[in-house]
Amino acid sequence: MNAAVEAAIGEAFRLEWGRIVATLIRVTGDWDLAEECVQEAFAAAWERWPRDGVPDRPGAWLTTTARHRAIDRLRREAVGAAKLQEMAEQAEESRAEPDDRLRLMFTCCHPALAVESQVALTLRTLAGLTTAEIARAFLVGEPAMAKRLVRVKQKIRNAGIPYRVPPAHLLPERVPAVLAVLYLLFTEGYAATAGVDLVRQDLSAEAIRLVRMLVALMPDEPEAVGLLALMLFHDARRAARLDAAGDLVTLEEQDRSRWDTGQIGEGVDLLDAALRRGRPGRYQVQAAIAACHVTVADAADTDWAQIAALYGQLVRLVPSPVVELNRAVAVGMAAGPAAGLALVDALDAAGSLAGHHLLPATRADLLRRLGRHAGAAAAYRAALALAPTDTERRYLTRRMSELGCPPGDPPFVVRTTDPTEEDT
Amino acid sequence: MKYLLLICGDESAAAHADDGCGGWDVEMVRRGVLQGGAGLHPPADATTVRVREDAVLLTDGPFAETREQVGGFCIVECADLDEAVEVASKHPAATYGSIEVRPIRTP
Repeated sequence: MNAAVEAAIGEAFRLEWGRIVATLIRVTGDWDLAEECVQEAFAAAWERWPRDGVPDRPGAWLTTTARHRAIDRLRREAVGAAKLQEMAEQAEESRAEPDDRLRLMFTCCHPALAVESQVALTLRTLAGLTTAEIARAFLVGEPAMAKRLVRVKQKIRNAGIPYRVPPAHLLPERVPAVLAVLYLLFTEGYAATAGVDLVRQDLSAEAIRLVRMLVALMPDEPEAVGLLALMLFHDARRAARLDAAGDLVTLEEQDRSRWDTGQIGEGVDLLDAALRRGRPGRYQVQAAIAACHVTVADAADTDWAQIAALYGQLVRLVPSPVVELNRAVAVGMAAGPAAGLALVDALDAAGSLAGHHLLPATRADLLRRLGRHAGAAAAYRAALALAPTDTERRYLTRRMSELGCPPGDPPFVVRTTDPTEEDT
Repeated sequence: MKYLLLICGDESAAAHADDGCGGWDVEMVRRGVLQGGAGLHPPADATTVRVREDAVLLTDGPFAETREQVGGFCIVECADLDEAVEVASKHPAATYGSIEVRPIRTP
């Protein structure tokens, strides 16, 4: 297979899958049929593009091919006749329907569906992940995930969940559900580190595109704008997040010259506009925290007092022990390690983070900065035993080995947890 | 689409048996939504029927003892689930009990 053709198909998949599925669901009213026909269209591309060349407009080629598959399939079924008529009528107007993906998004995120089903369906239909990939992302077996997807589509059909963007009066309750799913989609892609999982990495770009669409449709929704700003801030650091070996580089150690300043600037403008509306929410606050990090040229200039205050606000909006822990880190930076340690102790006593490696890891860094090396070493060992990934273990081992350095060394930099870990 | 609204509540909901619907039924008839329905006597007055090997078996009371019991039902005709949810949420019983919205199968 020609590498250029392969790249073209990959690109088309990323750009067009969700759009074509969304359109075919609208014209056929049949989710399974839509998905299968789009899949067949991509299979046809694999077969024909290497031979015939990549079409001038790959998206149009794939849409037409998928549509023809659907027509063929419906022709073979008696019940398809009425649908065929509808499809013929809609064939022309469909080009002018920019919001099919938004329609699909709101339907996937309907509150009558379980949240895990909403996420799975969004990933399958909008992002084009396979059932196996979704199963892997949510740590369930493939048959269980396949069953979940079958059931959720069945419920949409049987319960009469409408395929539409909800009317204005329903939007206030429906938008948060969509935002939550899109943020999850983004973090899913953001967490994908290696080149092998291209589709997963593209989820971040897909999530940004979808939020942009949401913002265009609902310019008065500050939380959608806040989420877009948040994603742009995170995504701006993408190139600096991994070292040559593919290991995660902490925020403090990242080469800030590799951050995308254009994207950061856009995020700042968006966030300012959203905050001016005076209706703060969790995504605006999270974006404000991210902005504190990405708008300073030197990590040493970070305004930790401001970050600590923002985490205090976030805890009130989203009560969560992980957010509390992030606040403890920020307080430790702003007011000194002893103040941070007091908050960590309180969290430890509450017990809600038991078994989570970030708690002993944070304690270890704070103890280290207080010069209490024995306690720090014990905490690092506790964190190592709980750390879920090799990357985390390598990081902790490195920190532990640095305990041997003589007093008077430059102050040890606490590793702030990656902002995207707040929701885990 | 047709939906069955199952008006459910625990035992304390029986206190509302004579409350009526606070005009809900009048509004839903006017909108052309409400197709029929009724309140029910308590589960203790129920008789459960089964046929096993041609014999009719009767049991006093409901088949299953559950905390939430059906106290009434309505059949509504709605455009989609969003409308059915809106209709159900306006029923006074939704504030003290719960309402299960079940799509009715069409042949």
